[in-house]
Amino acid sequence: MLLIVDYGMSNLRSVAKACEGLGAEVTVSGDPGRIELAEKLILPGVGAFGHAVAELQSRGLIAPLKAFVAAQKPFLGICLGLQLLFDSSEEAPGISGLGILPGKIARFPGLPGLKIPHMGWNQLSIIRKECPLFKNVPDLSYAYFVHSYFAAAAECTIAAECTYGVRFTAAAWQNHIFGVQFHPEKSQATGLKILKNFIDLKASQC
Amino acid sequence: MPLAKRIIPCLDVDRGRVVKGIRFLELRDAGDPVECAQAYDRAMADELVFLDITASHENRKTVLEMVEKVAETIYIPFTVGGGINSIRDIRDLLAAGCDKVPINTAAIYDETILSEASARFGCQCIVSAIDCRKQGPNTWEVYSHGGRKPCGRDTITWAKRVVELGAGEILLTSMDRDGTRQGYDLELLRAVTQAVNVPVIASGGVGTLQHLADGILTGGADAVLAASIFHFGEFKIHETKEYLAQQGIPVRMS
Repeated sequence: MLLIVDYGMSNLRSVAKACEGLGAEVTVSGDPGRIELAEKLILPGVGAFGHAVAELQSRGLIAPLKAFVAAQKPFLGICLGLQLLFDSSEEAPGISGLGILPGKIARFPGLPGLKIPHMGWNQLSIIRKECPLFKNVPDLSYAYFVHSYFAAAAECTIAAECTYGVRFTAAAWQNHIFGVQFHPEKSQATGLKILKNFIDLKASQC
Repeated sequence: MPLAKRIIPCLDVDRGRVVKGIRFLELRDAGDPVECAQAYDRAMADELVFLDITASHENRKTVLEMVEKVAETIYIPFTVGGGINSIRDIRDLLAAGCDKVPINTAAIYDETILSEASARFGCQCIVSAIDCRKQGPNTWEVYSHGGRKPCGRDTITWAKRVVELGAGEILLTSMDRDGTRQGYDLELLRAVTQAVNVPVIASGGVGTLQHLADGILTGGADAVLAASIFHFGEFKIHETKEYLAQQGIPVRMS
């Protein structure tokens, strides 16, 4: 069962529908007890980092999410869900993220002409072609982004990058832990392929 | 390549049906929003905008059902607007599956709707829709109620204000140009794109592909919205993107 975690921070219909269409058995739930029953998990999310952490806390989801990751099961964070994997964010000083991946979330620099949010279709530079998420995804494929903050991930966890004023982490990967800054559920064929790759992943491949 | 410029077809919807339809050969029902959305998704539109032109209270349920169906069918972002005047309207639309909501008249009369919505749902889904008319040299007046009512505000000042309040994008429509096919009001567009640092969608007046290019190259728009030139099959999205690419504009071709 693929669990899509509902913690009130996202419209989950598109993600759930995309995964179902790709053949996954999907459950959408915010029940902490469901997490350990899942084989795979997607943590979606849009909105503010601090608010998201508060929602995860108040729903008792933080410890179950950490336990899920510790159990070596495939985890995919999308957009804010990627950012939550890290230690902290400039958006919410003093508030800790899940701390699953090393690094922090930074705001795009205020460069002349650089519109914030970074909104629209931008190209993925796939850094680690062996990352299972990018199987059969050509380098420089377009994906849909919408965000004002980005992950400054540790070099070894960057699977794909994107450039918008600065180079930033478009996808992070460490063993069974994946995170994408873009929205695969809004990225047409490219996004669906990435979701399909996650759905098809066997725990042994991570 | 930098961030691609977005090509956005805009569909007018009346009681859950696409108005005037769309002349695409492959459509069985040109008034069905789901079929129209799918056709544009296949054609590589970057995003879609639906404008509910009825926007009556009784009609809300029909619109939400349409949003749910569209969200389950296409995998590109889409915006749904028209008559949004409360946090609850915004919440319902986002929950039904649309990605962004444009707020227009409601913000003019009570700007806290923008700050509240942005704090609650994130600035990425809050679009400030601004309708305006030229008033004098380099001044444009903001209109409310679908462009019918002048409200005595300066467009540039209002554009800066909506960004302060938390709008993540501006959908800028020139009422002078809307429906004329004379091209965007490029002065207006340039004035707004230089005044704010959020993405701006140009709207109103497109009649040729060069108008789209001008909106981006001269007006500084991040995205270009058009209706009739796409709906009546005059220009295909792919052809549009090839045209823009030839002028050095970054677009998503595949």
